[in-house]
Amino acid sequence: MYSEKVMDHFMNPRNVGEIQDADGIGEVGNARCGDIMKMYLKIEDGVIVDVKFKTFGCGSAIASSSMATELIKGKTIEEAMEVTNKAVAEALDGLPPIKMHCSLLAEQAIKAALYDYAKKNNIEIKGLENFDPQADVHDHDHEHA
Amino acid sequence: MKKYIYMDNAATTPVKQEVLDEMLPYFNVNYGNPSSIYTLGSKSKNAISIAREKIAKAINADAREIFFTAGGSEADNWAIKGIAYANKNKGNHIITSKIEHHAVLHTCQYLEKQGFRVTYLDVDQYGLIDLEQLKEAITDDTILISIMFANNEIGTIQPIKEIGEIAKEKGIYFHTDAVQAIGHIKIDVDELNIDLLSMSAHKFYGPKGIGALYVRRGVKIDSLIAGGGQERNKRAGTENVPGIVGMGKAIELAYENLEEKNAKLIKLRDRLIEKIFEKIDYVRLNGHPTNRLPGNVNVCFEFIEGESILLSLDMVGIAASSGSACTSGSLEPSHVLLAIGLSHEIAHGSVRLTLGDFNTEEEVDYVAEKLAEIVSRLRSMSPLYEKIKEEK
Repeated sequence: MYSEKVMDHFMNPRNVGEIQDADGIGEVGNARCGDIMKMYLKIEDGVIVDVKFKTFGCGSAIASSSMATELIKGKTIEEAMEVTNKAVAEALDGLPPIKMHCSLLAEQAIKAALYDYAKKNNIEIKGLENFDPQADVHDHDHEHA
Repeated sequence: MKKYIYMDNAATTPVKQEVLDEMLPYFNVNYGNPSSIYTLGSKSKNAISIAREKIAKAINADAREIFFTAGGSEADNWAIKGIAYANKNKGNHIITSKIEHHAVLHTCQYLEKQGFRVTYLDVDQYGLIDLEQLKEAITDDTILISIMFANNEIGTIQPIKEIGEIAKEKGIYFHTDAVQAIGHIKIDVDELNIDLLSMSAHKFYGPKGIGALYVRRGVKIDSLIAGGGQERNKRAGTENVPGIVGMGKAIELAYENLEEKNAKLIKLRDRLIEKIFEKIDYVRLNGHPTNRLPGNVNVCFEFIEGESILLSLDMVGIAASSGSACTSGSLEPSHVLLAIGLSHEIAHGSVRLTLGDFNTEEEVDYVAEKLAEIVSRLRSMSPLYEKIKEEK
C-alpha cells in the first residue's frame, strides 16, 4: 500500500523530537481526526538551521512529517514557503489518494511554525498574510467520507 | 523467530488441510452439476446433502432449514430483506443494534429508504444491548429483531437466549448474525429461540465465498436471488459444491473437542491481555472482560494511532487489525468503538488481535513484547504523549 520511501521514513523518521528554545512552533490537525503534527523551528538569519517534529497519526502522517523536515532543513524561509503538499508526497514517491491529507497537514505544519516565528518577531512572511493556523485540513475530506 | 505470526483470525482463517483434501475432488473429478440427473451430477448432489446434514447437526436444526449462500454478507442481506418484504403486511419495524456488522447496518439503512422503520439499540460500555430497551422498542409493527451473536471487533457475546425469549413471546422473528460465533461457541437454535442465523465458512477454517442462512421451518421469507430452483426454490444459482463440501467438513472439525480448544484459546487470550497490561501503560481493554469470544483481544493504546501500530507489527511479521479511521478507508473510527462510548481520540488507537487454533503461547509472548516496543517508539514521537508526561 505504501512506497518503500514512506515505509523508510515511517520506520526511521528523521528529525524526531523537540527544540527547547525553538523560534517557531506550529501545531496542526486534531486528535479527533486521528492526526496531530507539531513542528519546531530554529531560525538564524532567515535560514532554518534546525527542525524537529512530533506526530500523532498513521504511517503516512509520520512519514510526511519526517519528509517535510528534510525538505526544509537548511533552507531559507522563502524556500520553505515553497514546499507544498505535492512536493512532500512526490518526495515520498507518492501517497495513496486517501492519505493525501497527511501531506497537506505537513505543509500546514511548516506554515504554522513559520507563522508563529513571524508573529513572535513581528515580521511579515510573504504568503502567510491570510494563513489561519487553526484551519482544519480535514474539512474537505469529510465531505467525501 | 522469523516466521509470520497470524493474529487476525476474526478477519479470516486458513483452510485446514483436512478441509482442503475433502474439497479438491469436487473441482475436477466430481465436477458434475448437482441438478443434472446422471451419476456425476448425483455425486455432487449427495455431497451437498451430507454437508447440509453436518451444518444442521452443528446447530441442532433440520437439514431442510439450511440454505447455502455466497457468504455471511449475503445471508445477512437475505435474512433482513427477505423477512421485511415477506412480512410487510404485518408491519414495517425492525429492531437491531448500533454495533452490528455493516452487512446488517447497511441493509437496514437501505430498508429505511424503502419505507421501513429501524430502531438501532444502544450498547453499554462492554458492548451489551439492554434487554429493557429492547422490550420498550417493540411495537405492534415490529416484524424482526436482528442482533449479532458476538461482535466481530470487540468479541462481546450478546444475551441471545434472553433476546430469543422476548422475540418468541411477542411473536417476532429473531435473526442473529452468528458469523463470528459459529464454530467457536456451542449454538442450539431451538434452545436459543433463533429463527434465522447467518454463518460464513471462512471464519472457522473453511473456504471463502461460502456461507449459509438457517431459516426455521414456517418462517415467511422472500428470496433474494431469483433464477433456477436450487436450494428448494429459495436461493437460485448452481451450488458452489467444493465450497459447500469444505464448509461441511470445517464445521464438523470446529465442533470436535470444542471445549478443549476453547479452554486453550481462553488461556492464550487472557495471557495476551495480561502481558499487554503488564508491559504497557495507558491501555484499555475493549469489550466484555469475560463474556467475549475465546480468541478476541481488543485494546486501545492511548496517544498513538492504530494504523501506525499495524504497520509496525507487520514489519516484525505480525498480522493484526484496527478500528482506527486510517484503516477503514474513511475518516471515522469504528462505529463499534464509538458505540461503547470511546472518544474518537481513544478509538483511533485500537488494535484487535484475534487468536486461532494455530497460535501458541510462544507467539503470544513475542507479540506482547513487540507491542510494548512499538507502542513505546510511537509514543516517543507523539505530541499527545508529551503533554501527558509534562502534566505528570
